[in-house]
Amino acid sequence: MEKKILTKYIDDPNQVNIDTYLSHGGYKAFEKALKEMKPSEVIEEVKKSGVRGRGGAGFPAGVKWGFIPKDNPKPRYLVCNGDESEPGTCKDRVLMESDPHGVVEGMAISSFAIGSHLAFIYIRGEFAYPARMMEKAVEEAYEKGYLGKNILGTGYDLDMIVHTGGGAYICGEESSQLNSIEGERGMSRMRPPFPAVAGLYACPTIVNNVETLAAVPFIINNGGDWYASMGTEKSKGTKLFSLSGHVKNPGHYELEMGTPLSVLINDLGGGMLDGHKLKAIIPGGSSTPMLLPDQIDVKLDYESLAEAGSMLGSGAVIVIDERTCMVWVAERLIHFYRHESCGKCTPCRDGTGWLEQLISRIERGEGQPGDIEKIESLCGNIMGRTVCPLGDAAVMPIESSIKLFRDEWEYHIQNKKCMVKSEFAFK
Amino acid sequence: MIIDSNKIQKVIDDSPQDKKQLIMILQNIQLEFHYLPKESIGLVSEYLGMPQSTVYSAATFYKSFSLVPRGENIIKVCKGTACHIKGADLIIDQLYAGIGIKPGQTTKDMKYTIEVVNCVGACAMAPVMIVNDKYFGEVKCNRATKLVKKG
Ligand code: FES
Repeated sequence: MEKKILTKYIDDPNQVNIDTYLSHGGYKAFEKALKEMKPSEVIEEVKKSGVRGRGGAGFPAGVKWGFIPKDNPKPRYLVCNGDESEPGTCKDRVLMESDPHGVVEGMAISSFAIGSHLAFIYIRGEFAYPARMMEKAVEEAYEKGYLGKNILGTGYDLDMIVHTGGGAYICGEESSQLNSIEGERGMSRMRPPFPAVAGLYACPTIVNNVETLAAVPFIINNGGDWYASMGTEKSKGTKLFSLSGHVKNPGHYELEMGTPLSVLINDLGGGMLDGHKLKAIIPGGSSTPMLLPDQIDVKLDYESLAEAGSMLGSGAVIVIDERTCMVWVAERLIHFYRHESCGKCTPCRDGTGWLEQLISRIERGEGQPGDIEKIESLCGNIMGRTVCPLGDAAVMPIESSIKLFRDEWEYHIQNKKCMVKSEFAFK
Repeated sequence: MIIDSNKIQKVIDDSPQDKKQLIMILQNIQLEFHYLPKESIGLVSEYLGMPQSTVYSAATFYKSFSLVPRGENIIKVCKGTACHIKGADLIIDQLYAGIGIKPGQTTKDMKYTIEVVNCVGACAMAPVMIVNDKYFGEVKCNRATKLVKKG
């Protein structure tokens, strides 16, 4: 069942105030790190915990921190990625608006660990309220001396800036986000060099997701071993899952890694809405390949989902019922990705455009025989050939939709209409 | 729509004169006028000492910026996957029936603009509609217009 660690106090409306946060043991971990630990020890502890990037990539956070070159004399920066925009995902928003100090503390400890004196939190432009909450939390932390000069008399200085974006999905990708903070168009950068070597203003920079950083205070308080005792062998700790779509109780749930998907959908989510039949599940945000109903017992962790042919991604589980036309879903998705492609590299910029044309013509009932094969070949030419992962994100759901529901796509072309009628009105 | 350049200049003058703040300055202008008036591109470029093309490129890249006038009330309908499969299209149809505009359009009296957004991080309460930064969840499509009018 649910294992509330990051979300323990999320329902307490006072948690946003620093006094309440302190009374719940807040900023203890930061104090401990500053007074009792060396930065390298903090990194070691986080490595030991095995916590992995919660934004979608799943890269071990402690290892990432270790990539900062030791002899680079330039300043270092920490960027907290709060540009949550993957359709289906509603976890970072919850953390930022209900427990903003947890995010601030996680950022502060992480900054100390990597030797940064300036940390940014990049929040997407649409999140006006979470941004306000974060700003307030940062202000309070300054007042109480948890940020600023000579923090708690230890001689460590740290400043924190809340930065809001301009509404572009691509800015959730770390290198684009750095361009955006620098005031440029948010276009992705070629790697190498990786941000840990040359990131913001060409200085060593670590970009971590909100949820990843929010886990850090708990790891410091209770030890890396404690965190690593939860979850599976390779996927440690807990993770926030956003459940949406055709289920009775959509919401966000914090689960131990390795919990079966069926527990989330049936036990916590209350099963299917209005008793309709399950048709497909998108397990990790709209860009991850779909799963079929017979895979509902798959465990929610990085490895098990990869084995099942999909990804854990951002942990956004979208449940789709039998009344949904898959071509219709795909058309909306590809329209979105085409629009959000930054235009830097050709496969993504042009490829998504071609895909959109082909898929919308099928959806309109003007599909031609051979269109499906064309789509597949386009997908193959985009996958793995783009500067940043947006190209892959665009084609993975399309490819899997065709693979799993090919008959529906063919029906669409032959009969010029949907095989199932999508009718979703809330009356 | 005629906007006084002095008013734009005033917003600009209140912002830090720092190239890195380009996006923030554009956001401030938009906050004031609901869109980026044409003159603002030139004024910002002068203020920051950067080419107009650079300012323009940022203004057109980010979808929260609008170069055409928008209504007093901005209605955003989410069409991210979770909202889409729960009937976002029906909300759009209803709004069209109710106030006579489609996404991307503004009513003649400059009261409303409808925009489509992709996932606003509230998927659990899909379908979601936002009216001037106020979130409405599980929008019953036949009530959409009413919600908008009430604000
Ligand atoms: S899909 Fe609409 S809020 Fe996420």
